[in-house]
Amino acid sequence: MENDRPDGRTANQVRPLACSSSILHRAHGSASWTQGETKVLAAVYGPKAGTKKNENPEKASIEIIWKPKTGQIGWTNTLLISTITFHLKKQNYYFFSHCLGKVEREQVMFSDMSLLPCAINASSAALVDAGIPLKHLAVAICCSVTDSGCIMLDPTKGEEEKMKAFAYLVFPNAIVSVLPERPLQVGSEPMTNGIMTSVTQGAMSVDEYFHCLERGRAASAKLSEILRKNLGSKSTSEASKAG
Amino acid sequence: MGVPNASEDLSSEMEVDAFRRLFPLRFFERHLAESIRPDGRPLGKARETSIFLGAVASANGSALVKIGSTTMLTAIKMEVMTPSLEAPDEGCLAIDFHMPPICSPIVRPGRPAEASPVVSKQLSDTISSSRMIDLKDLSLVSGKAAWMAYLDVYCLDADGALFDAALLSAVAAISNLEIPAVAMNDDGKIVLVSDEDGQKRAQEPVNKEKRKLTLRSIPFSLTCILHKNYILADPTAEEESIMETHVTIVLDTSGQLISLYKPGGPVLAYTSAIQDCVAITRQRVKELKSFLDKENSAMEV
Repeated sequence: MENDRPDGRTANQVRPLACSSSILHRAHGSASWTQGETKVLAAVYGPKAGTKKNENPEKASIEIIWKPKTGQIGWTNTLLISTITFHLKKQNYYFFSHCLGKVEREQVMFSDMSLLPCAINASSAALVDAGIPLKHLAVAICCSVTDSGCIMLDPTKGEEEKMKAFAYLVFPNAIVSVLPERPLQVGSEPMTNGIMTSVTQGAMSVDEYFHCLERGRAASAKLSEILRKNLGSKSTSEASKAG
Repeated sequence: MGVPNASEDLSSEMEVDAFRRLFPLRFFERHLAESIRPDGRPLGKARETSIFLGAVASANGSALVKIGSTTMLTAIKMEVMTPSLEAPDEGCLAIDFHMPPICSPIVRPGRPAEASPVVSKQLSDTISSSRMIDLKDLSLVSGKAAWMAYLDVYCLDADGALFDAALLSAVAAISNLEIPAVAMNDDGKIVLVSDEDGQKRAQEPVNKEKRKLTLRSIPFSLTCILHKNYILADPTAEEESIMETHVTIVLDTSGQLISLYKPGGPVLAYTSAIQDCVAITRQRVKELKSFLDKENSAMEV
């Protein structure tokens, strides 16, 4: 495997991760997700009562407030907001629908690249921290394709300029169930292979996209372990406090 | 007793319209089980598509596109600007998508539609990713003057698959675009050359003749709904509101994947579903390309 990344990572290696939850006191749930130089802080406020006009009272609704560290809320952020809105609202709404409430969230950005995956990971963790029932725990990853067709995971801002295309992929976390033999296969594929969200930029061949999917799935399995470990340790420590 | 059973029982007694309003999802699923949609289309078929080039006479390039009743009007206006220092020999393309209140009952006057910035961003991403326009083509005098093309897409009727119609009308307008002839006058300013005095001013350094852009490859898109194991191509607004998982695939005429956009949704997309969507999109790209070629050749005659 060639190793020509400036920070010495291999093509399949993501940047060092850090995740911590319950860092804000006033929010109902909060989490920060750090991936190399990229850091996202997410806070969840809610569920709250009351509906606005044009909101379906039988579904939960989510309001997303996105605050970049510097600069204005640009076009990129608009797309990010819409992706996260869709991603959370639709993924949750069956499970959410009984809360009939409103969840508000706020994000402060420390800008660099792979914002979208980082933001999604942070918001997943924050939603879990707020105790909101989710359908899936989302795990997001950025794959990039070089001119020669090589796929590199989690590119930094410097590497980004050399890439011809990107794919931001979100996969569901594997369900770890106490019930044995829960059907996790859908057709011939495991449930975790399903794409929750996909956003691409730049031109690539269809085959390259499928390669990205494979690599992304492999990496997201690792990421979801980390996310789960982090959240699990928190919930047990809280339980011991209570007891 | 579950709701599905209740609706099943009621469906034999209720009028079709009442059933459609009360149990929209059941209504659709009953159709899907018969491999047909309420508007009579098979699942994988797009609605009737028409392209009308040169709809706006005052613009440098324009197109009116209808996919079913979704209607988009695109007009391109060219202006001379000073290029930026970073790219002295490149022009610029500014893309905007407008959703006026007339287009849909959801859009209220005074409040911008939620979908419009997203479609706008998708459009500019797609057109820049596909590299269909060489921005160097829009240069006039390196470092001094270049074309600024304002491409505005107006949604006149929003009945589903907004991005598909918007992209089709944008590429149709670009293929219709005619760059006006300009000349540099004695003060070093760029002036338009009208047809009548073209001959008279021939001795002046005319920079460009009236010309069309050369397009490298043209992107076309298709939105599909994923619902259970069904794939519905080119959804209407009603279908989009009932079944909430959409996948938009953009392929260009050389078969490259320009964009695969799936904004969440309750249904997960598996590899096989994505492959099926790509296959449907390939066919649609061929179809749309032949439509556009036909219109363009009709314009030349």
